[in-house]
Amino acid sequence: MKIELRDPNIIMKLSRLGSFHQSKLSFLRSFLNEFKDWEYKRDLFNLDQNGYGETVYSFKKKHRVYSLVCFANNIKDEERSDRVIATKWDAAFTLYDGVPSKDDIERLKNEVPKQEIGRLSFKELTLSRANKSVRVFNHVVEALSNGEQPDLDLLSKVGYLYRTTAVYGSGKFGLADRFRIKNREEINGPFRLEMMLVYLVRQFTFDQVNHVAHYKNPKKAVKLDEKICKNLGIGNSTGLGMAPFIVNHPTLLNNWILSRETALKNIREIKNVEDKDSKLFIECIKKSLTNITSWNTDSEYQQNKIKSLLNDVKKFIKYIENKFDFKNEYAFNKIYLWLERETCEECIEYTVSIMMEPYNHITEPLVRNMSSDEEKYFNIPTSRTVGELRNIIEDKYPSILDINFEKKENNQNFWFISKNKEEPRLADRFEEHGSELEQPLAIARDIKKLHEKLLSSKNNLTITEFLSHNSKLRHVIRRAFIVEKFPYSEIQDNTIGKNIMPIDMLRLKLSFFGALKFDPRSDKWLRICMFQGAPLPSELKNFDEQWVYKVNVQ
Amino acid sequence: MRSLSEIETTTKRATKAIGFDWGISEEVGKSVRLLEMFGFSGIRNINQYYKDRADKKFENLNLISNNNKSISAPFCPIVLGVSFLDQVKTIDSIGKIKFDKIAFPLIFLSFLSRSSEVIGKKILIRFDKKEFLLNLNVNIYSNLFNQEFPFIANNVEVEFINNQDNFKESEWQNLYRLSENTFVEESESSKQGAAGAGLTDND
Repeated sequence: MKIELRDPNIIMKLSRLGSFHQSKLSFLRSFLNEFKDWEYKRDLFNLDQNGYGETVYSFKKKHRVYSLVCFANNIKDEERSDRVIATKWDAAFTLYDGVPSKDDIERLKNEVPKQEIGRLSFKELTLSRANKSVRVFNHVVEALSNGEQPDLDLLSKVGYLYRTTAVYGSGKFGLADRFRIKNREEINGPFRLEMMLVYLVRQFTFDQVNHVAHYKNPKKAVKLDEKICKNLGIGNSTGLGMAPFIVNHPTLLNNWILSRETALKNIREIKNVEDKDSKLFIECIKKSLTNITSWNTDSEYQQNKIKSLLNDVKKFIKYIENKFDFKNEYAFNKIYLWLERETCEECIEYTVSIMMEPYNHITEPLVRNMSSDEEKYFNIPTSRTVGELRNIIEDKYPSILDINFEKKENNQNFWFISKNKEEPRLADRFEEHGSELEQPLAIARDIKKLHEKLLSSKNNLTITEFLSHNSKLRHVIRRAFIVEKFPYSEIQDNTIGKNIMPIDMLRLKLSFFGALKFDPRSDKWLRICMFQGAPLPSELKNFDEQWVYKVNVQ
Repeated sequence: MRSLSEIETTTKRATKAIGFDWGISEEVGKSVRLLEMFGFSGIRNINQYYKDRADKKFENLNLISNNNKSISAPFCPIVLGVSFLDQVKTIDSIGKIKFDKIAFPLIFLSFLSRSSEVIGKKILIRFDKKEFLLNLNVNIYSNLFNQEFPFIANNVEVEFINNQDNFKESEWQNLYRLSENTFVEESESSKQGAAGAGLTDND
């Protein structure tokens, strides 16, 4: 049986993209798979008794070494902010390409803690900073120094000791450009070095908390139990900075979504599902209930989504236990069609992710397709015609052409870059100043404008001729020719409407990172947790691939 | 050192700020990134050009012909460059194209380099005894290395170079004869049992 890929006009709607969950294709999971046989080492641990100083961790294989250089600093409580607008952090990190010399560490000590106003070099690959969850960190220090393990209730509510607030790569602030390292096989997957940084930071947080507890009470202190460590991740606070990324990298976005869609299609096309595979799928679905019930958020919007998800997953478990037989041909296709009929978007996408668990042979080749050589598709094919471009737009953007941008609510917001922080922001165009400096992120509106112009142009006109009178539309002409080849490259929604939920855009990207427990703090920023339940570096050589669904929060 | 990613993003934003449309700004960001990667002073030239635009006039050339004369001011290298890139598949047949005056020719050069890749042909540009060979956007060869790049180019000639060998047939034959010394005379039985495409496979 041949199953079609899902329709981009459904999948690329923001509400659907904002319901995506981590899967085997997620970058942090593919990072662990790639680096599981690398040699992990703590090369330097130079912290004072309060936990301030430098540490270095590395992954090594043959002649290649990646080193995480950490700087832990003393900051005042009032200086600690989760937002990207902060200027000081409890710790700052960079991933160094190779083994850093003493001189390198001295140089980095002056630059890394400054983050955006520091300067890095081509030897540094990624940059980040993090703040303690003070409540949790202090509690853990207190408990360990008294010879006890910490309160698991508190730990499960938060899920981490530190939160990062940004992870930079690809040439930012002088870091190495992607092209310098893109041919390395081990990083042939998006954001792999960013994932490595976060993973090693997680280990740093355990080492630091043990160290501080030890010096607080050397005679009595114990180490944080490894099982507890394993169930802690790294938090992350993320704002609008991520949103434009998925608009500005259309072919990359396509390759992420296309991989997911291809995996689903291939799974739906399996005629006879083997017993071991159906058992693993059911086991993951059941165990994942803990992930849902331990998903804490104050956001009413997210609480409602979690509630629907929990209800629907329970309903689904009942269905597969009582009314479903995996001996049926094309069992996963039947399941998928049932989900579409009976459950919410959150539950559909949640289950789609879990369907991939038994099928390494399907997902592993797809992981390798998730990067993109974006330069290849940058040039506009100017010898094509107006008629062809119009057909592309009518074929690929049908629902966008239905939006009336004359209505105020459809044109309510604009995206801009903040002067203070050089970060993307969203504002109401009728209430705030600066809309004349709008970023080119209102793709739906501009595609509609382009379509209107095309309707009044001759079909046989070349794009060269059309462009000579319509330079303002050049950026969307480029995109339309990209979407012709890459069907999942475009968000099929209005990104400037009154009702836009920017966190849907963040959530899409974070799900591909492998984040768990999305916790919106407003409609524009959220907190997440990464690597919760993941193997510790010492366990990498042999770990349970389904660790995501086996987080033991108690 | 600034990364190429920073160079591209900042150039794109600066180009928009100076009054160009976003789509054009994206092109200029790519072009200046390319120049800096090849070791040319892209940032310096684009900076100077944007300063000059405040009090000097530049002409826009949107439709390129074989002989292009400016009326009162040199051609804007950005509008000219983007037009060249957009029209390269049609103007390629002209062979040689002349421009009497181009401002900041280095910026124009970056668009020629990209155009060379689009049509799969090398492009030669000459002006004021200076020569540049734009080699399929892989590199730029020039006789101006380590010298100050002029801000105005007069009597510019752009030539599309048809794909042809850079060497004589006799030189090739000589090299080929040497390569033959790695071959082994085939026996009758190996001829019979042979598979594959043989010498023409170039493997």
